[in-house]
Amino acid sequence: MSLIQEARARESMLAGGAARQPAAWSATEQPWAWAVSALLLIMPLIANGFFLIEIFGTTLILGTIALSLMFLAGYGGMVSLMQLTIAGFAGYMVAVFGVSGNANISLGWPWWLAPPMALVLAVLFGTLGGALAVRTEGIYTIMITLAIGAAFYYFTNQNWAIFNGHTGINTIATPHFLGVDWRMDVAFYYLTLAVAALCYFAVLYLSRAPFGLALQGVRDNPRRMAALGFNVNAHRIAAYAFAALIAGMGGVLQVWNYRQISPGSVAVERCIDILIVAVVGGITRPVGPYIGAFIFVILRTFALDFLVKVGLDGNRFRLLIGLGFLAIVFWSSDGVIGLYERWRRRSEASEPRSRPGGHGHG
Amino acid sequence: MSRFIERHPIWSLIILLVLALLAWLIFAVWPPGLEEAIGRKKVFLSAVFNGITLGGLYFLVASGFTLIFGLMRNVNLAHGSLYLLGGYVGYGVSAATGSWILAFVAAFIVVAAIGVLLQLLVFRRMEGQDLRQTMVTIGLSIVFADLMLWAFGGDFYQIQTPAWLIGPVQLPLMTAMKSSGEAVFLQYPLVRLVIFCGSVVIGVAMWLALNRTRVGMIVRAGVDDREILAATGVQIQLVFVLVFALGAGLAGIAGVVGGTFQSISPGEDTRFLLASLVVVIVGGMGSIPGAALGALIIGLAEQLGSVYIPTYAIVVTFLIMVLVLALRPQGLLARR
Repeated sequence: MSLIQEARARESMLAGGAARQPAAWSATEQPWAWAVSALLLIMPLIANGFFLIEIFGTTLILGTIALSLMFLAGYGGMVSLMQLTIAGFAGYMVAVFGVSGNANISLGWPWWLAPPMALVLAVLFGTLGGALAVRTEGIYTIMITLAIGAAFYYFTNQNWAIFNGHTGINTIATPHFLGVDWRMDVAFYYLTLAVAALCYFAVLYLSRAPFGLALQGVRDNPRRMAALGFNVNAHRIAAYAFAALIAGMGGVLQVWNYRQISPGSVAVERCIDILIVAVVGGITRPVGPYIGAFIFVILRTFALDFLVKVGLDGNRFRLLIGLGFLAIVFWSSDGVIGLYERWRRRSEASEPRSRPGGHGHG
Repeated sequence: MSRFIERHPIWSLIILLVLALLAWLIFAVWPPGLEEAIGRKKVFLSAVFNGITLGGLYFLVASGFTLIFGLMRNVNLAHGSLYLLGGYVGYGVSAATGSWILAFVAAFIVVAAIGVLLQLLVFRRMEGQDLRQTMVTIGLSIVFADLMLWAFGGDFYQIQTPAWLIGPVQLPLMTAMKSSGEAVFLQYPLVRLVIFCGSVVIGVAMWLALNRTRVGMIVRAGVDDREILAATGVQIQLVFVLVFALGAGLAGIAGVVGGTFQSISPGEDTRFLLASLVVVIVGGMGSIPGAALGALIIGLAEQLGSVYIPTYAIVVTFLIMVLVLALRPQGLLARR
């Protein structure tokens, strides 16, 4: 887990020995944290429908799925590439149990029954996958979770009875209750915001709760934690289960957002996108995945226009993403947050220099 | 081998029984009831041969992957991109010169050169940092994939099989007995058999080189203890570069093979990266015999699965991986 340890080591080194809480970035003591929260709350007043859903809603959903990876990697030291698979599984389950255009597959359960069922199954799926993945460490975990993700992708492609093969499931019904259509732009935006905030604060809370502290102990020194009487594997599997719940919520929102799901949405490239989002944002703090998701969504939406404007082929979006990702991994193991913090420390330590420290790579 | 039998008598018996059943299914004339139950013998035999030859291809990709990992602990998740690049180079050369053999040579040289660059520019700078290597190679594979899409487009390319390899060959394996008592033998594409023999030769040569030569001794010593090896005066960085070149070159060769068997198109890089991941997880990371065994198992499982249980073929492959992980997390033939 060199990447995370390295990032942490530098962080504590730069903090001058005093154990600096990661709270500075996540807690509400920072004035701009209030500003961002307020901005997110009044967003529907400033942004039009396109920005509200396509940019901010998608960012929040993607960030929530990446948050589950951040939780596993940052606090548990386990890099899992199957978080999107779990989200996709939850989405598929919503489609299968709920109402959709494929009447011969969907069971037609109401909106208050299908998503909880999907979440339960997603947690089960994530726990089983986690139980498998914790048998291995480091790079092996990446490989196994990637293999699980790939197996699920090919399985959805082949299976017609449940997953409807490569056409997937379309026109999935979205919830209507309290007289509100929750897929209308503003309502849906607040729904995603609420879920994202819930998951964010849950992760934040858990990182300081006994379970989260034990998990971080397991990350840093599993043998010592075992010697202290902690069941190391049980903690790891529980972390997978919790991460699966978060990823599952993201998946339910995702399927409501697009109203359809197909193998393309759980493809291997998408799984890797989640890793990119988490790493680019910063994998040591819960806010990182959301920053990463914002950059990713902005790039994905506007790269085409931008590339065409500078006279390049508009299809080179993935090249841009890949190069940005490479740059981040090469120069900052702590993502954009790490870059920002280094830049801030440097400008605090000496006279403010004019050079921004590569802020905004990606 | 004998120690394994001593230690796991039950597993040895099960493996022996499965092998005997497979041998019987291949060589015997099937009784009529069996043909009704699971289909014609010809279909089964073709699936077995397809599985074995696909295993040969998987071995070529996975052996390079596992060789690099075994010695250098370098996790090269851009290995699939090297495969795809080899395929494109092979296609370009064979289309331009009309020579199939030359395609292999060119693919090996070009991809090995890329491998050397990777080792010098990327991996040397982050030795021992597993996770960073993983991230960087994932980033590289995205960049490579897009560059290749740019250069070659989304089309399917098939490398032309040379004239002297086109056509089926009759194998001395009976598929059925005609009512007149005359035996019908299996027809199988010659090119697949030749390529399979080629990959067996490469595998045996690699095993011999690793276990019987001085360079192989250095490589094996490097796998066990890199620092001591470097302290004895061996230029370990040079060994690393050479092994990386060989591993990458093997992926390039495999690309040409894949382009001849099947086709070359965007997306194949991920497919073969995943195949080699599964193969080395099953066989054991860093072990050449493990890669061979894993490739054979996965190739057979995929082909037999796609014939007999098409909906769940991928699940069979996956179940094998799960089973191996549950019983022997380090892989079937890994030492540690």
